[in-house]
Amino acid sequence: MSNGNDNSVVVEKLVKRFGDFTAVDGISLETRKGEIFGFLGPNGAGKSTTIRMLCGLLKPTAGRAMVAGFDVAREPERVRQNIGYMSQKFSLYNDLRVIENLRLFAGLYSVPLAVTDARIEWALEMASLADRRTAITAELAGGWKQRLALGCAVLHRPPVLFLDEPTSGVDPISRRAFWDLIHHMAEEGVTVFVTTHYMEEAEYCNRLALIYRGRMVALGTPNELKQRHMKGELLFIEAEPLGPALEAVESAPDVLDAAVFGNALHVVVEDAAAMQARLRAYLEARNVRVSAVEPIRPSLEDVFVSLTTGFNGNGKGKAT
Amino acid sequence: MPASPQAAIEVQALVKRFPGIVAVDRLTFDVRPGEIFGLVGPDGAGKTTTLRMLAGVMPPDEGTARVAGLDVARDPEGVKHQISYMPQRFGLYEDLTVEENIRFYADLFGVRRREREERAARLLAASGMSEFRDRLAGKLSGGMKQKLGLTCALVHTPRVILLDEPTTGVDPVSRRDFWRILYSLIAEGVTILTSTAYLDEAERCHRVALMHNGRLLMCDTPALLKARLPAEAVVSIVTADPRAARDAVEQAEGVLGLRLAGDQVRLGVDDGPRRIPQLRTRLETAGVPVEEIGMVQPTLEDLFVATVEGRVSAGA
Repeated sequence: MSNGNDNSVVVEKLVKRFGDFTAVDGISLETRKGEIFGFLGPNGAGKSTTIRMLCGLLKPTAGRAMVAGFDVAREPERVRQNIGYMSQKFSLYNDLRVIENLRLFAGLYSVPLAVTDARIEWALEMASLADRRTAITAELAGGWKQRLALGCAVLHRPPVLFLDEPTSGVDPISRRAFWDLIHHMAEEGVTVFVTTHYMEEAEYCNRLALIYRGRMVALGTPNELKQRHMKGELLFIEAEPLGPALEAVESAPDVLDAAVFGNALHVVVEDAAAMQARLRAYLEARNVRVSAVEPIRPSLEDVFVSLTTGFNGNGKGKAT
Repeated sequence: MPASPQAAIEVQALVKRFPGIVAVDRLTFDVRPGEIFGLVGPDGAGKTTTLRMLAGVMPPDEGTARVAGLDVARDPEGVKHQISYMPQRFGLYEDLTVEENIRFYADLFGVRRREREERAARLLAASGMSEFRDRLAGKLSGGMKQKLGLTCALVHTPRVILLDEPTTGVDPVSRRDFWRILYSLIAEGVTILTSTAYLDEAERCHRVALMHNGRLLMCDTPALLKARLPAEAVVSIVTADPRAARDAVEQAEGVLGLRLAGDQVRLGVDDGPRRIPQLRTRLETAGVPVEEIGMVQPTLEDLFVATVEGRVSAGA
């Protein structure tokens, strides 16, 4: 266990049981100060339970976690005072003005009165909402609500920030601007935890942990996950007609999984180089016209699916 | 290509206004029979409003739309009989089982009993939910609820299916299952129009219409849309220190745009092959550890940003 640097999160063999159901089964990780760390995993995998423990909202059954230097089991209130939380359904009051929401949250987070005005100005500047402080929150377009919600979540300048799918549904330009903001905060030493199903958000994280059935099944940078954790390799196959092509591929030997992707197939095999020519021949022998077969890089989603489904060898991934 | 009147969707200069806002602004596009067509755009782009008009539940202010050959303004009830519409807030009965929900919707749509059982069994099997028949709908995970919602919407074999962000918030594995169902429906000759804010999901559609602030930005296959990023190339630098990499290259010649993304820096450059060696030199000089540097396939997101920022011209 490291020295509990104030801005980091340290988790050691964290366990949570509800009756005889083990929701979190021994998760361990450490985040560096200023890191943007992503939590991925299907619902029910233990992700939210883990986050709740890290936020000091739920007591662990076993193991330890230190957030911002405080033990989540022994000093949960100190943990909660030192974290910010922004959820997708943010708790902004839509009929309040921008500045009124900020004042409300300053009060909720017990920001000392002496610094409240200054903090609110800082949040307004950061969110680029300084000249919109009297706008009614409901009238802000999507991306701006996100920025306001972020501002409200950090008025107490927490060293650790939890974000729950913060930019889902937001247009790509606003999303990039929002993540620039997050990067900026991370550069100043804030540790940011993100939970998301949105692979585009996952790509913004410095490192990712994949949680499945209460365990961490993969940990690494997006690139590491794509290179080292993908079971098998990925082939892109353009073929017609597509329906019969899929059926044929699924029944081909040594194919681990196959899925239609728009006008092509993504096929998982052990050895892409070896299978390229073989699959082409296999398909052509079954009257499928093949216009392209090439190895492609797996996406984060491919890795996620490969780690969370058991390929049953019939070419169909099925959730286990 | 002339659309078959029985299965296609034709939208012509469609307009819908609400107080203070034009939610749908002269929208024009076609959906071909047997296609999975994506309406893609962020929240507020006008997707839900468009779907509501096509489903015959909201009248347009101007323009026309024909679904399965019927005019949505003149014959909304006729349209409703031909289609299935799954809105975002889908009405599942939480205290009924999976099976009971399906039975309810089958009765609602007037599906004959024998057809309904066979159809439900097939749909449940296709979505991997057969073993959950007796589970209360309220106890299903998000992804399974969406699959059940789709099953209920499909129980009366419509020719056209309209889906409003059916996989928002759903985990990737359930999302894949969901798309597997959609692809199998296409094989049966159904036409599907689905909306999504997930650009990576848009890549799975045969064709997409990118929408922004009520307007159509462009409409084509994902591959052809991405091919519109012309002289601009997208370079990715994978590094253990993305911030240092950014500092080293942001002022470099030929760099048109830059963003940090996790363990990489993504750059828009004017000429990939020419700039990459230059960037490599800069990074070496600055002592930045580089794992990989190379051109990468642009994504629909790169295209969207370039279009909204005016670096690619909009237009169907």
